[in-house]
Amino acid sequence: MTDSTSIFPKKIVVLLVLLVTLILLLPAAGLTFGDPATAVTDQYYIHNSQVATGANNVVSAIVFDFRGFDTLGEACVLFVAVLGVAMLFRRVRK
Amino acid sequence: MTSGLIVRTAGRLIVPLIFIFGFYLVAHGHLTPGGGFQGGAVIATGVALILICYYYKDGMEKFSPAKNFKLIEAAGLLLYICTALAGLVVGSSFLFNWLNASGGLFGHPVAYGINAGDLFTAGIIPVLNFAIGIEVFGALSVVILYMFAGLGETTREEDEAPAPALLRKGKKGERK
Repeated sequence: MTDSTSIFPKKIVVLLVLLVTLILLLPAAGLTFGDPATAVTDQYYIHNSQVATGANNVVSAIVFDFRGFDTLGEACVLFVAVLGVAMLFRRVRK
Repeated sequence: MTSGLIVRTAGRLIVPLIFIFGFYLVAHGHLTPGGGFQGGAVIATGVALILICYYYKDGMEKFSPAKNFKLIEAAGLLLYICTALAGLVVGSSFLFNWLNASGGLFGHPVAYGINAGDLFTAGIIPVLNFAIGIEVFGALSVVILYMFAGLGETTREEDEAPAPALLRKGKKGERK
């Protein structure tokens, strides 16, 4: 087995694995990604979504009301994906 | 090329139930788990089951060709955008929940806390759920139909015609 078959050199792979391991070990050293004590939006959604939107389903309230613009983008992504499929599978004259 | 009698009979029984379940998921999206995306995908599963059970020419093309599903998909996206733009006109901003607690359609007031759930609450959220449901149903059906058209399915006449090689003995190389 020669090294020429692999896409990346072995040194870079080892370096990447070490880097990812270090990043994942950061919370053990006390460094976290964001402070849970300052995350106030989730409590806001839980307390206010029922009154503000009238929906019992908080997930639906977030997806279609608080983040409605995001859902519009998702629908557009689906639309473009279908356009791509329609282009790929269109009937061509033989 | 189609499935056998058992699959066809079971499909005839199950397809309406799949449609009803998908409609339930869409309609109750603001009360229970589910919503437009999930319900639309479930309804599109029913369309796929129809394609598995029956010939495309018999089952789908007479009922609704692929062109209709393209229109359905575009109509769903347009309904979403129009509902959002109506918030701009009636209320204050794009995607404003202008139907909520208005007393009209989907405008019943909702109590804070645990309640049984009222279908006619949540303002524009059910409308957007229906829009997304229609869009996802149309989109996945179009994808399924276009991919199915690429397979080159045989028609019922070709399948039910007797094999010429078995019936005709004698002259070699002669085929109808």
